[in-house]
Amino acid sequence: MTTRQKKHLWTAVHLLICILIGFVMAYPLLWMVGAAFKQNGEIYNNSHIFPRGEWVLTSWRDGWYGVGTLHFDTFIKNSILVVVPNVLFTILSCTLTAYGFARFRFVGKKIFFMLMLSLLMLPNAVIQVPTYILFRDFGWLNSYKPLIVPSLFASSSFLIFMLVQFFRGIPKDLDEAAIIDGCSSMGILVRILVPLCLPAMVSAGLFQFLWTWNDYFHPMLYLNSTNLYTVSLGLRMSLDATTGVQWNNIMAMSTLSILPCVVLFFCLQKHFVEGIAAGGLKG
Amino acid sequence: MTQSKFRLFLRNNKGFLFILPWLIGFLVFKMYPFFNSLYYSFTKYNLMKAPAWLGLDNYIRIFTKDKDFVPSLLVTLRYVILVVPIKLLLALLVAMLLNRTSWVMNFFRTIYYLPSIVGGSVAVAMIWRVLFSETGVVNAFIGTFGIQAQTWLSPSLALFTISLLNIWTFGSTMVLFLAALKGIPKDLYEAAAVDGVPRLTVFFRITLPMISSIIFFNLLMALVNAFQEFNSALLITGGGPLKSTYLYGYMLYDNAFVSYKMGYACAQSWILFAIILVLTIVIFKTSDKWTYYDDGGDF
Repeated sequence: MTTRQKKHLWTAVHLLICILIGFVMAYPLLWMVGAAFKQNGEIYNNSHIFPRGEWVLTSWRDGWYGVGTLHFDTFIKNSILVVVPNVLFTILSCTLTAYGFARFRFVGKKIFFMLMLSLLMLPNAVIQVPTYILFRDFGWLNSYKPLIVPSLFASSSFLIFMLVQFFRGIPKDLDEAAIIDGCSSMGILVRILVPLCLPAMVSAGLFQFLWTWNDYFHPMLYLNSTNLYTVSLGLRMSLDATTGVQWNNIMAMSTLSILPCVVLFFCLQKHFVEGIAAGGLKG
Repeated sequence: MTQSKFRLFLRNNKGFLFILPWLIGFLVFKMYPFFNSLYYSFTKYNLMKAPAWLGLDNYIRIFTKDKDFVPSLLVTLRYVILVVPIKLLLALLVAMLLNRTSWVMNFFRTIYYLPSIVGGSVAVAMIWRVLFSETGVVNAFIGTFGIQAQTWLSPSLALFTISLLNIWTFGSTMVLFLAALKGIPKDLYEAAAVDGVPRLTVFFRITLPMISSIIFFNLLMALVNAFQEFNSALLITGGGPLKSTYLYGYMLYDNAFVSYKMGYACAQSWILFAIILVLTIVIFKTSDKWTYYDDGGDF
């Protein structure tokens, strides 16, 4: 074989491996979508994605209305009520904090920054119990406050760090020119840094969206009334509520529950993946 | 005048105002619970009555009388040992596979990332339950190759099955490796090619040292996360069968929010914290020897 032939062969093998891994990665999700259209009996004992028998559409309706008196419109509305404020507050508070850390000198900055980063290593389990008790003392149990209020206070070290790294990548000359033109600190942030850091802010928002939307543990901990349930809790409930589970209904609602994540990810993926890669970790 | 002094302080420390929301959140939602947790860990507290001081009793009981503590810790260790090395290795290998510029590679990067965005969801837990059930898809698939059906959610395999879920989400780790690989200066490789250095040597002498700081970060984060993980056990196996997936976090949750033994759970959480802290320190201390930073870090 010539070197050229070898190179072509390697390119083909390389592509084949990529496709194979891609198939394994995507298979569970593709299977889920297919299973939503299968008859309940066809879900087991085979591994094909598309239904071989009749395509079933009733699973979507039955899944939607599946759980007693509550339907998925309630769960979706509830999830939106939690996730939208949470994401907006997170972007706002994390951007302000990151700006403070990236662009100013002040007393105790190094210590605060170290503390902020070391929170990455603190297991959530350590503060979970006292946090629960704190929220109980505030009278916040069985409301959305425990799921929303902390996001006003830049609660994610990971996102702050990501934004700090991004801000640092933008030359300070721009700030200095703006100061000479009489721009205030807030003006610099809003007029110069935010437009330049939009990809990073979008990534931060998307991260927070995915975490909050998919979160099962915290809503489960803080919400008791089923009419407050988010999509995650509703989905789990629909499994427990019925005996002789109709898996096609569950798979239809599972598909629905991750649809917003997948759609947002594909719309924003250019910003997202490159945002983490570029801003995430340089040192 | 104190007021003008205060104004002067603010003028010189404007950045302080910007981090104020974070600082308030840090004190109220992190530090206050943190020290409270330490205090509760020395008390008996069931939410109904005020905490009653026990001294070291909780800790002594955990190490001498608790029938779940050691088995649960061992399950967690097995989970960590199963997940962390495989996930990191897979992430690195696949990142190397994708490390070339073309839109096809960007497409695959997106696909490989997909599991990471839905990995923790209830939906994926549901999928796992069906895929790995006895008459499920995985058994049907391996059956076509003549492999005998396995009981994936049995005491001997259940931990492995939920580990697979975590490993499946290697995409987020991979993206960081990929960014690091792309950051390695090309001329290093060109120089090695001119000298005719074998590929394996290039990998161990150039690639690995150049991305060592990201390996360090990914290792640390993967360890910290794997030690705490129990979401998949909660949703897929319920900690069973025979407590074979009764991860440490699950035990904490049970003690705190099912049995309402708040003080006891806090003590257990501090033991977990101590384990993670010791591991972190060990990794940090040894990292000087195996990580390379091209910039000194500017903070």
